[in-house]
Amino acid sequence: MALLTYRDALNAALREEMALDDRVFLMGEEVAEYDGAYKVSRGLLKEFGPLRVVDTPIAELGFAGIGVGAAMVGLRPVIEFMTWNFALLAIDQVVNSAAKMRYMSGGQVGCPIVFRGPGGAALQLAAQHSQSFESWYAHIPGLKVLTPGTPADAKGLLKSAIRDDDPVVFIEGEMLYNVKGEVPEGEHLVPIGKAEVKRAGSDVTLVCHSKTVTVALKAAEQLADEGISAEVVDLRTIRPLDTETVLNSVGRTHRCVVVEEGWAFAGVGAQIVDVVQLHAFDELDAPVLRVTGADVPMPYNKHLERAAKADPAKVIAAVKRVLYTGI
Amino acid sequence: MASKVLMEALSPTMEEGRLVEWKKKEGDPVRIGDVIAEVETDKAVMELVARAEGVLLKQLVPAGATVAVAKLVGIVGQPGEDISALTGGAPAQASASKPVPAVAPAPLPSSPAAPLTTAPPPTAPGGRTKASPLAKKVARERGLDLGAIAGSGPEGRIVLRDLDKATPATAAASAAPVAGSFNDVPLTQIRKTIAKRLALSIGPIPTFYLTTEVDMDRTWEAREALNSAGQRGSEAGTKISFNDIVMKATAAALKAHPACNAWWQDDRIRYWNDVHLSVAVAVEDGLITPVVRNADRKSLREISAEVKELAGRAKERRLKPEEYTGGTFSVSNLGMFDIDQFTAIINPPEAGILAVGSIVEQAVVKQGAVVPGRRLRLTMSCDHRVIDGATGAAFLRTLKGMLENPLAIVY
Repeated sequence: MALLTYRDALNAALREEMALDDRVFLMGEEVAEYDGAYKVSRGLLKEFGPLRVVDTPIAELGFAGIGVGAAMVGLRPVIEFMTWNFALLAIDQVVNSAAKMRYMSGGQVGCPIVFRGPGGAALQLAAQHSQSFESWYAHIPGLKVLTPGTPADAKGLLKSAIRDDDPVVFIEGEMLYNVKGEVPEGEHLVPIGKAEVKRAGSDVTLVCHSKTVTVALKAAEQLADEGISAEVVDLRTIRPLDTETVLNSVGRTHRCVVVEEGWAFAGVGAQIVDVVQLHAFDELDAPVLRVTGADVPMPYNKHLERAAKADPAKVIAAVKRVLYTGI
Repeated sequence: MASKVLMEALSPTMEEGRLVEWKKKEGDPVRIGDVIAEVETDKAVMELVARAEGVLLKQLVPAGATVAVAKLVGIVGQPGEDISALTGGAPAQASASKPVPAVAPAPLPSSPAAPLTTAPPPTAPGGRTKASPLAKKVARERGLDLGAIAGSGPEGRIVLRDLDKATPATAAASAAPVAGSFNDVPLTQIRKTIAKRLALSIGPIPTFYLTTEVDMDRTWEAREALNSAGQRGSEAGTKISFNDIVMKATAAALKAHPACNAWWQDDRIRYWNDVHLSVAVAVEDGLITPVVRNADRKSLREISAEVKELAGRAKERRLKPEEYTGGTFSVSNLGMFDIDQFTAIINPPEAGILAVGSIVEQAVVKQGAVVPGRRLRLTMSCDHRVIDGATGAAFLRTLKGMLENPLAIVY
């Protein structure tokens, strides 16, 4: 095991896959000369040269489209969006080109591409730069959506994403880049479509992904002090969704709280609730509750921003409601 | 890694199965495809086979237990493996969350707190009982009556923890002690399926009707002879009626066909060893069914006298409850009203009732010639959950044979 930051884990995944397969190349704003806006691509230009680490103009739709074309003719591009907020400009290439190529060509032309970059809110970046888009992309047949919450999952999932033959939307967390964690040495792959129980428990299931893994784990720790045993299920992949792990857990605990950073309406948690009510109806002792971001554009004001985000206190309150206790 | 052995849906309509016999003991090695247990489904006895390799670490239900589909019945794994995580989810051990110390409520602006109500009656007048899906499921498994449990959740919702304070209610519901000799037979899966499906189709008691026509010439002659002998002999005044003879024959036929002498008991069928025959008696504004106890062991004369006496007191409304309850089969006779044939309504929990019409003089064909004859139509109503068509028909054939050859009644 090596103690790596999330940023360095991503960097290692890129380096390893680029060394293994010369069809893999990285393209985006500031990825080469500047080592990436968040330094995820540090050292890659020096190691692999300007043909494989390519700086682009500030033109998301254009370079996303170049990436899709490259993937269609056999390369394996990794397209970095400085953040997923800017990828709104490129969403036509992601949704209308990458996601549909294999289907519309009758299986003749695939699109092995990874779109990656940070999503969700950081600190005081205000309404336009603090948004979670995983439910948008997860809505689209043809896309895989990965949201690693730890350095080990970041490395293992990015390597799996680059090797995958279909388009992958890879959403990182800006606030996670500096988080350190144990990452297995050597070849480390995390399968796409497999959730992980990050903490075992028996009274309630906390379903989370990306940054809310940390939120859920903190809540579980505090709940343990009060004698409540919470199980933390990290989805890791939003689509294809690992319903089995979620249902197995809810089948044991009979209570479920879904925690996500994004807005509630049609969010990832709504899909989890649907799966649970459909397949585990008779196992439920309480309605499934959700802890989400507040239904407003993210406020710039520091206090309002904090109030708008999912946090451990909100998770604990929801857990007590599904346990019919303490409120 | 240990894996669960689940009750599998071994027929398309199976919802639960009875584990008839374990074919592997705890500790026995198991290979994929080995028969672990035999399971009686709603259709047949089937084999439950292993889906994983190892040894059978644990049998979680005893042979004979009925288990819902997808429920855990055993664990297969490696010897010595810790299986507590798997058995922790077993229904038998499903328990409420551990008690938590009271804590100061965390303020939560976005979630209006539902106040914890202090055990109000769970049902508003005319309303429905609110319970979590899990509470409903567990209550069903434990035989608890949700209506008798106070819910501690929002708006009186019954949740899992409320069930732990409750005690099974089914025993109390059927607590009336029943004297007499009988065999309780738990419902087999096929009987359960028949009961459920037929009741869905036709009311709570799925009834069907069997009619047969009886040649009464010889019974007629026998009764004439008996009654004229009675006139001359010591029992002057006790005339035997056709109804008495039908009752005597019915009791004898039931003795030969105990499958029709039974009660539906929801989870079992109670086959009575004695015949207690209810007889419908019209009273001023209704009817009542006094019971001739042990009718199979009574003489025709005793039955006749008892029916007369019971009917007399019934019309005066002086029957004690034990005199009009506890019958195992009923006879209803409208022959005196010139009704040729009718269908009678089953008197639950009895499973059958015989509707007796009038004896009609009519032209019948005997040995190729049209001759005058006397015919009686009998119609039996059967609770299909207990009696199948062939079962009822066999009983009626015996009864018909007895009435057509009255000596057979005492044979």
